[in-house]
Amino acid sequence: MPNILMPALSPTMEEGKLAKWLVKEGDTVNPGDVLAEIETDKATMEVESVDSGVVKQLLVAEGTEGVKVNTPIALVLAEGEEAPAGGPSPAETAPEPAEAPAVPAEKAAEAAPSAAAAPAAPKFEAAADPDLPEGVEMVEMTVRQALNEAMAEEMRRDKDVFVMGEEVAEYQGAYKVTQGLLQEFGKERVIDTPITEHGFAGLATGAAFAGLKPIVEFMTWNFAMQAIDQIINSAAKQLYMSGGQVTAPMVFRGPNGAAARVAAQHSQDYSAWYSHIPGLTVIAPYSAADAKGLLKAAIRSPNPVVFLENEILYGSTSEVPKVDDYVLPIGKARVARKGNDVTIVSFSMGMRYATQATEKLVAAGVDVELIDLRTLRPLDIDTVVESVKKTGRCVTVEEGWPQGGIGAEIASRLMEHAFDYLDAPVTRVTGKDVPMPYAANLEKLALPSVDEVIAAVNAVTYRS
Amino acid sequence: MARKAVASKAKAQSNLPELTKDQELEAYRDMLLIRRFEEKAGQMYGMGLIGGFCHLYIGQEAVVTGVTMASRKGEDAQITGYRDHGHMLVMGLDPKGVMAELTGRQGGLSKGKGGSMHMFSNEHRFYGGNGIVGAQASLGTGLAFAAKYRGEDTVSLTYFGDGAANQGQVYESFNMAKLWKLPVVFIIENNKYAMGTSLERSAATTDLSKRGLSFDIPGEQVDGMDVRMTYDAARRAIEHARSGKGPYILEMLTYRYRGHSMSDPAKYRTKEEVSQYRQERDPIEHSKARILDLKYATEEDLKTIETEVRAIVTEAADFATNDPEPDASELWTDITIPA
Ligand SMILES: Cc1ncc(C[n+]2csc(CCOP(=O)(O)OP(=O)(O)O)c2C)c(N)n1
Ligand SMILES: [Mg+2]
Repeated sequence: MPNILMPALSPTMEEGKLAKWLVKEGDTVNPGDVLAEIETDKATMEVESVDSGVVKQLLVAEGTEGVKVNTPIALVLAEGEEAPAGGPSPAETAPEPAEAPAVPAEKAAEAAPSAAAAPAAPKFEAAADPDLPEGVEMVEMTVRQALNEAMAEEMRRDKDVFVMGEEVAEYQGAYKVTQGLLQEFGKERVIDTPITEHGFAGLATGAAFAGLKPIVEFMTWNFAMQAIDQIINSAAKQLYMSGGQVTAPMVFRGPNGAAARVAAQHSQDYSAWYSHIPGLTVIAPYSAADAKGLLKAAIRSPNPVVFLENEILYGSTSEVPKVDDYVLPIGKARVARKGNDVTIVSFSMGMRYATQATEKLVAAGVDVELIDLRTLRPLDIDTVVESVKKTGRCVTVEEGWPQGGIGAEIASRLMEHAFDYLDAPVTRVTGKDVPMPYAANLEKLALPSVDEVIAAVNAVTYRS
Repeated sequence: MARKAVASKAKAQSNLPELTKDQELEAYRDMLLIRRFEEKAGQMYGMGLIGGFCHLYIGQEAVVTGVTMASRKGEDAQITGYRDHGHMLVMGLDPKGVMAELTGRQGGLSKGKGGSMHMFSNEHRFYGGNGIVGAQASLGTGLAFAAKYRGEDTVSLTYFGDGAANQGQVYESFNMAKLWKLPVVFIIENNKYAMGTSLERSAATTDLSKRGLSFDIPGEQVDGMDVRMTYDAARRAIEHARSGKGPYILEMLTYRYRGHSMSDPAKYRTKEEVSQYRQERDPIEHSKARILDLKYATEEDLKTIETEVRAIVTEAADFATNDPEPDASELWTDITIPA
C-alpha cells in the first residue's frame, strides 16, 4: 500500500491535526522512520513508516487541522513501484467537508436497518417440575439437611464436584450445612480455606475453567463482597468473552439476608444485586424440597450459579419427596396457592411473611394466589403474568431494599406484559431503605412484616 | 519470653522491660476492667439482653492495654475488628455507653444502631468496631495517610487477627504503607485461632511478624500475655512510625479463653490448652503477682481496685439494662447527612 493513511490515536478519534512533517518529498525512508507528528486535543503521536521506499508526495500540508482518520496523507513508493493510476491528488485528499452529502437521517437508517436494531433476546423456557411417582413417600427435613443431602448426592455422583470455604471441613460448616462431608469425601474434596474470599473465589473459578465443578461456600454472602469481582468479572462473563469456549460450571452458595441482630455489615440481601448480572443463574429457595432439588440442579448446571440460602430458614422443616434423584428445573416459579383475588409474589425468607399473611387473608375471605419465584435469574415472569391476568393485582414481598429490587423488576415487567390487566398499582413490601440497625425494636421495623403484606393486599384490593 | 527481632532495624532490647509503679497499677486496673466487663457481657448475653454476635476479649487484655499505654491517648487513632470492647474501655470510652450499645439501647455509643461490632468515637479517635475481617487493615492505613497528609505526628494503631492476616488487602495496605512511609503500627493479635481454624491450618508461614518482610517493614513477635512486653514493643514501634520511618508490625502472641463468639462449640482445641493458658499465662494474675512482689501495692489496695472496677461494671450493666430502646424515628436517621 503506497498510501500512508491518517492513523487513529484512540478508539474514539475521528480526526486530528497533521502537526509536522519530518520527511520531505524525495526522501528515502526505512521501516520505523518517523514520517510525521499528529495531534489531537488529548495526545500526540508519531507516524512511522512500515516499508522502505521514497516519499513521492506529501498529500496534506503541515499544520492542517481536522484531517479525518484514514485519509491518505502521503504517497510512499518502493523502489521501482509506480504510482497507482488515478492516485490521489492533493485536492482530492484534502480534509473532507464536515457536512457529508445530505442523506436524510431517516433514509440512512432505512438503508442500514441491521445497524440500528438489536435482535430480540431469546426467550427462556423452563421445564415443569418432574412428576412424582404415585404415592411417593414424603420425608420431613430441615432446609439444612436438604442442602447437605444435595451436596452429598452430587459429590457421590461426580468426582469433579468439591466444596471449599471457611470452616466447611473440620468445623463442619459455620452453620453446619456441610456436616459430615469431610468424613465421607475426605480433605481433598472438602477444603477449609484461609479467610481470603477474593482469593478462593478466584481460585475456584479458575478450577472451574479447567473443568472442575466447585461449590464455594461463603460463610455468609456479606463476605462475598470481598469476592464479588471474581464472581461477576470472571465467572459470570467468561462464557461470553470466550465466544462460548470456556465455562465456569460452579456454585457459589451460603446464607443471604438478615440473620438476627447482627447489624448492618452482616445483614444484607443480595438477591437483586446478583440477579442484575447476565451470565449468572440466581436461585433463592424457601422450602426444603426446593432447596434440595434446586441445589442439585445448580451443581449440575454448566453455568455459574449464585445460590442464596437463609440462615433463619436453615432450621425450618418441610416435606421432601423421597426419590432417588430429586432434581428441579431452574427458572420455574412455583404456585404455592391458587387463588383469584390477588397475586403475592415472593421468594426465600420473604415467603415466610407472604405465607403467614396469606393464611390470615384467606381466613378473612381474600382468595390469594401465592407465587414462590425460587429462581431469580432467569426470572419466570410468565407464571406471574398469567396469574396477574387472572387476579389483576400484585403485591411483591422481599427483604431487600426497594430501589432496583426484585419487586421493582416485577412491577416493571408487569407493566410491559400485563398493563391492561392491572386493576391496581403493583405494590412492593420490602426491607426499609436503611442499613440494618442492631437494636431489637429498630431491626424489627427495618424488616418487612406480615402486617405490611396484609396492608398492601388490602390496599390493592381496595378493602382498607 | 523471647522477643524476636525480625528485621535488622528492630533494635534488640533487654528481654524484661520494667514498668513504673504507676504504670503497673494502671495496667492492672485497665486489664481488670476489661476482664470484669467482658464477664458481665457474657452473662448478659446468656440472659438475652445482648443479641447477635458478641466476641469477648478475655485473655487478650495485655495487648490493647500495653499498646494504649504506649500511645498518646486521644491523639493516636485506633481501629480494630469486631473483638473491640477492650479497646474502647482502655481508650477511655464510657463503659455505660459500650454496654448500652451491646444491649441496643439509645444511650449506646452508636445509639443502639451498631451493636457489639460497630462502635466508634471521634473524640477518642477510635474508628471501630469493624465486622468484615481484614477491612480495618486498609482503613487503619488510611488513618495514617490522613495524619501524614495533614502533617500531624499522630500514629494509627491498626489491630487485626491471625485469621485476618491472610486477607489480600492486608498486603495491599502493607505495600502502600511502606511506599508512602505512613505512620501506622499493624498489631496482629495472634490468638492462635480464627474461629475454629488454627493458624497452622490456614497459613503457609506462621511467623506473622515476618509478613512485612518483602515490603521491608520491620516486625517482631511479642509475648502478648505480658503487659510489660506489649507496652515496650509498642513504645518502640510507635516511635518508629511517629518519627517518619513508616509502618511497623507487632505480632502479639496471645490467647482467647472464651469461644470465638458466644456460640462456639470449641471442639477445635483441648480443654487442657485453655486451662494451661489461664493458669500459667494469665496477664492479670501475673500483673498482680508482680505488684505484690515489688510492693507497689498491698492485697488490700488491690481489693479496693477490684471493688472500684466492679462498681463501674455494675453501673454500666444497670444502665444498659434500664436505658430505653432507641426511638422508632431513629430508623431513618444517620443514613446520609441532609444537604
Ligand atoms: C470477610 C469476612 N469473612 C469472614 C467473616 C466471618 N468471620 C468473623 S470472625 C472470623 C475469624 C477471624 O479470626 P481472626 O482474624 O484470627 O480474629 P479473632 O476472631 O481470633 O480475634 C471469621 C471467619 C467476616 N466477618 N468477614
Ligand atoms: Mg484469631
